[in-house]
Parts: sequence; structure tokens; C-alpha cells
Amino acid sequence: MKILVCISNVPDTTSKINFTDGDTKFDTNGVQFVINPNDEFGLTRAMWFKEKQGATVHIATVGEASVEPTMRKALAIGADEAIRVNAAPTDGFFVAEQLANIIKDGTYDLVIAGRESIDYNGGMVPGILATLLGMNFVNSCISLEIEGSTATAIREIDGGKETVQTSLPLVIGGQKGLVQESDLKIPNMRGIMMARKKTLNVVEPIDATVATKDVKFDKPVAKGAVKLVNSADELVDLLHNEAKVI
Amino acid sequence: MSVLVYTESENGKFKKSAFEVASYAKAVADQLGSSVTAISFNTESNDQLGTYGVSKVLNVADDKLTTFNALAYANSIVQAAQSENTQVIIVSSSTNSKFLAPIVAAKLKAGYVPNVVAAPEGTSPFSVKRTAFSNKGFAHTEITTETKVIGVSNNSFGVKENQTTAAIETFNSNVNDADFSVKSIEIDKVAGQVSIADADIVVSGGRGLKGPENWGMIEELAEVLGAATACSKPVSDMGWRPHGEHVGQTGKPVASNLYIAIGISGAIQHLAGVSASKTKVVINSDPEAPFFKAADYGIVGDAFEVVPKLIEKLKEFKAQNA
Ligand SMILES: Cc1cc2nc3c(=O)[nH]c(=O)nc-3n(C[C@H](O)[C@H](O)[C@H](O)COP(=O)(O)OP(=O)(O)OC[C@H]3O[C@@H](n4cnc5c(N)ncnc54)[C@H](O)[C@@H]3O)c2cc1C
Repeated sequence: MKILVCISNVPDTTSKINFTDGDTKFDTNGVQFVINPNDEFGLTRAMWFKEKQGATVHIATVGEASVEPTMRKALAIGADEAIRVNAAPTDGFFVAEQLANIIKDGTYDLVIAGRESIDYNGGMVPGILATLLGMNFVNSCISLEIEGSTATAIREIDGGKETVQTSLPLVIGGQKGLVQESDLKIPNMRGIMMARKKTLNVVEPIDATVATKDVKFDKPVAKGAVKLVNSADELVDLLHNEAKVI
Repeated sequence: MSVLVYTESENGKFKKSAFEVASYAKAVADQLGSSVTAISFNTESNDQLGTYGVSKVLNVADDKLTTFNALAYANSIVQAAQSENTQVIIVSSSTNSKFLAPIVAAKLKAGYVPNVVAAPEGTSPFSVKRTAFSNKGFAHTEITTETKVIGVSNNSFGVKENQTTAAIETFNSNVNDADFSVKSIEIDKVAGQVSIADADIVVSGGRGLKGPENWGMIEELAEVLGAATACSKPVSDMGWRPHGEHVGQTGKPVASNLYIAIGISGAIQHLAGVSASKTKVVINSDPEAPFFKAADYGIVGDAFEVVPKLIEKLKEFKAQNA
């Protein structure tokens, strides 16, 4: 089985968000970039398939050279090879088309992407990718088992979960649950040394659709101070008469 | 040239979000000088949609589509969009809508923008405001393709009445076996429980509750309020509560009218998921807990004392206001 894990390079979850250039660009100053958490669960699940079922695991990222440290980290965790599409990821449609272009020649049986990137939260790459390639697709995937060419997945639904069955080739949009939090891998020294020698292919982008454009950003208005209350009585009164939410 | 809205239902009945997305579609149609067509799947009655400005309903009546199937539903929506010559498609932000919207977008080569929080800021260029950076910011996004798919963030636009009469038609969408290549085997869902996505009120517990055995009072508080229950990430990591209840940057976003956080410290990753909620209440024994900075109302106190009192007061309040 050949697996491709799509890795998005995102600001780490503790980052404070700021904008520059008249609020038209995300300010990367002082921001630490990491593997998108949803992708990290997917990558770890892919490593499980590698160890238990002998899968080969590649990773792919659409991004400029600055994303390579994040890709090396994924290689240090155990991916075999990496592909970088050399372009700024301007929108989800564009990213999906670039990934589709490399996948169509790669005979991947399974493509694991994250349900969404925690930066722009577009939530569209896995679904567009699957559709462009005509591959089966399961989103918000919280469990994945594969036997032969049959995949059994559990996906989150509002208020519960649904078990689905499908066949390879398959694209999933993964998230927390795919593996236990405690099973997430931290690269060790040996992994880091080996990652340096692994192949990181750079491919040039194709002409692709840019369907959306973020023209300006802003931040939520700061909140007023909290109103501290001493009793349940007072709280019920405020929720009813002031906030009007009960 | 109408605006097409996908109105979600469950067991033949519309979800509340169906009326919100219909209201949103009406606002878009007014801006474009067009009308709203809804697509619904196996719903018992479609008359209600007229109340929210829908002038035509395409009801898909097909037993194969009784349970949600992303590809089959997406294909039906695409066919409806083509037969109506639609340029704007509106969906909700439910997990199912977020599953099918990218498929619809890819098939129609349409730009898709999820998590939209307000009516379009303009229609040429077509620009919408949405949350980004996991609710730590907003983006103003232009959709440059001819066809557009908009995912409306729950509870952000609200339900707005616009009385019209809806003409109801049966729509025969053409689905075939290949559309069901992903098969549903089992749905595991507690009947009658409010889900986080649909809830007006969410009651959430953190590590401060010490253990799963103490969730009874959280559930009771939720029941009194007709609320959904939720939790912080460590709580679901430790298996005290199911994964689906985990709220935050790596969990579910909550955009309820009222969010009550009990024994949750308010780490940045948790706050990211709840900042879209309108009123936030924090109950925490530590006056320095960061959540107090993000809250509207707070009680500094032990949850094991405060919550039972709150339940009691709310029961009295309900009895008086019934
Ligand atoms: C990559 C990454 C992603 C993350 N994503 C998320 C996410 O999506 N959602 C999320 O929630 N977290 C997330 N986290 C974790 C986050 O950083 C915090 O660890 C977590 O939110 C803390 O949960 P908590 O508030 O329940 O627990 P704690 O931080 O342990 O806080 C418990 C609180 O309960 C209070 N308390 C204790 N006893 C009582 C009592 N008797 N009565 C009242 N109050 C009491 C304490 O004062 C304390 O404030 C993420 C972390 C990382 C690294």
C-alpha cells in the first residue's frame, strides 16, 4: 500500500494572530510553524500502516522553501519521501489542484489529509482533491482500518459518529481520534539524522484555479471586563434580563 | 438564476439551521435581485420554508437518500444547481455540509468559503466575511469564480422571517450505484440529545471536574437549559467524555448564544473554539484562570458548590417562567 499524507504548515496553536501590510497579510513575525495538528494525527496513523502492514509513506506540501523544516520533521517522524510543490498556497482550490497533479501519477492507494488547516480553516482540500481524482472520500475521519482493498472508517457526525465502508483508492479528511494523543510521535535524534538523507523532491506548480482571495483581515473586537457575580441567583437574573439568553 | 440553498433535515424534519441558511439565502437573493430555491431531501412538509423567503422548493423524494450520503447528496445539489442555472449555493456549517460542500465546489469549479458570519459585503466583486485562524481572526474573502458555494456559520446570521409562499416541486435527482461507493454501516447517536452544532446553549466541563463520575451535574444543568454538553481537550483525551464533545482549535467550534465553562482554565486553544459564542459564563475556583478575561460573567468558586445551586435556581426560574 502506498500512502500520501498531505501536510499543511501552520502557526503553532499558541500563536497570537496579527496582520501586516494594512491588514492584508498574516504576520509571520515570531511565529513558530508546525505540522497542522489534524495532519499530525493522519501522519501517525500512516506510520501505523507502515509498521503493521508494510505501507510506504510519502508526504506532500504545497509551499515555498520556508516550509521545508516542517517537512523534515514529518520525515523524521518516519515518512519515507517528501514532495514539495513550489508555490505559495493561495487558496484551497489551488492547493487541491496541485496535489491532484502529483497524485495522478503516483498510484497512491490512500491519501490522508487533515479535515482542515488550523490557520485559514478552508476545510476544502481533501474533498476537492478526492473529487478531482474521482477517488472515494470520507471526511472528519476519526478511525481508519484497511484490509486488502476494503477500508472501514468512522467519521464524526453532529452528535455522534457513523461507521462507513468503502474501497481503495481513498482520500480521507482526518482529525483527532485517528490515533491516541499519546501515540503522536516526537522525532528522536536518529529520526532527525535519517531525515536529512531522505529525498525531498521539488516540483513546479501547474496552472491552477484560484477561486477565492483573502483581501483583508481583522481581529475580533476586544471584550469588556468580565462581570463577576457572587451567587447563582444573580447569575440567573443577569442571563435573563441583561444578556437575554435564557 | 436563483440562489440555491440546501436545507438539512433529520427524519423528515428540518433542522433549525435549515431556516437560518434559508434566511441567509434570502438576503443574498435580495442583493442580487433574484429569488431563493431550496433543495430538501425526503422532508414531510416544505411549507415552512416560505416563511423564511424561499419561493421554490425542490424536494428530492428518494428512499435511497433517506440517510445522508455526501456524494449522492452533492450530486443531487449539483443537478439542482444546473437545472436552476444557479450561481450561488448556500449550505450550513454542519459536519455533513462541510463534507459535501467541497465536492459540490469541485464539480462546479466554484469557489467555496466556509464559516461565513454575515451577509455578503458586496456582490461585485462578491465578498464575504468569515472566521479564520480558528476564530482568532476574520478574513474578508472575494470569490472570483462564476459559481460560488457559501457555508454559513451556525447562529451567526440568525433566523429571519420573510413571508412568501413556496411552490413545492418533486425533484428527481439522478443518482446511481457509484454515488454510494461509501456505504453507511452504522450510525451511533444518542436520540433526542442536542448536538453542539445545533445548540443555542452549551454547557462545558474541564479537568477541574476531577473525573467522569462528576459529569452528572453537567448533564443535569444541560438538561434544565435544553443545552448540549461539551468538554475541553484533556477531558476527551482521558476518555472521560466522547471525542465529539471536545471544543476548541483542534476540536469543534462553538457558536452558541450561551457558553458555560465549568472548571476549564481557558487555554488559548480552547478559547479559539468558543470565541464566536455570544455570551460566555465561567465558573472556576481560580480567580486567575485566563478564561475570566474572555468571559462576560464569572463566578469564582468551587464547581461542586456552585453548579448544584445554579441548577436549583434555574429550576425555580423555569417553573416561574413556564
Ligand atoms: C496542539 C494543541 C491543540 C490543543 N487544542 C485544544 C482544543 O482544541 N481544545 C482544548 O480545550 N484544549 C486544547 N489544547 C489543550 C490546552 O492547551 C489546555 O491544556 C486545555 O484546554 C486545558 O483544559 P482544562 O481547562 O480542562 O484543564 P486545566 O488546564 O487543568 O484547567 C482546569 C481548570 O479547572 C479549575 N478547577 C479545578 N478544580 C475546580 C473546581 N472544583 N471548581 C471549579 N474550577 C476548578 C482550575 O482552576 C483550572 O482553571 C491543545 C493543546 C495543544 C498542544
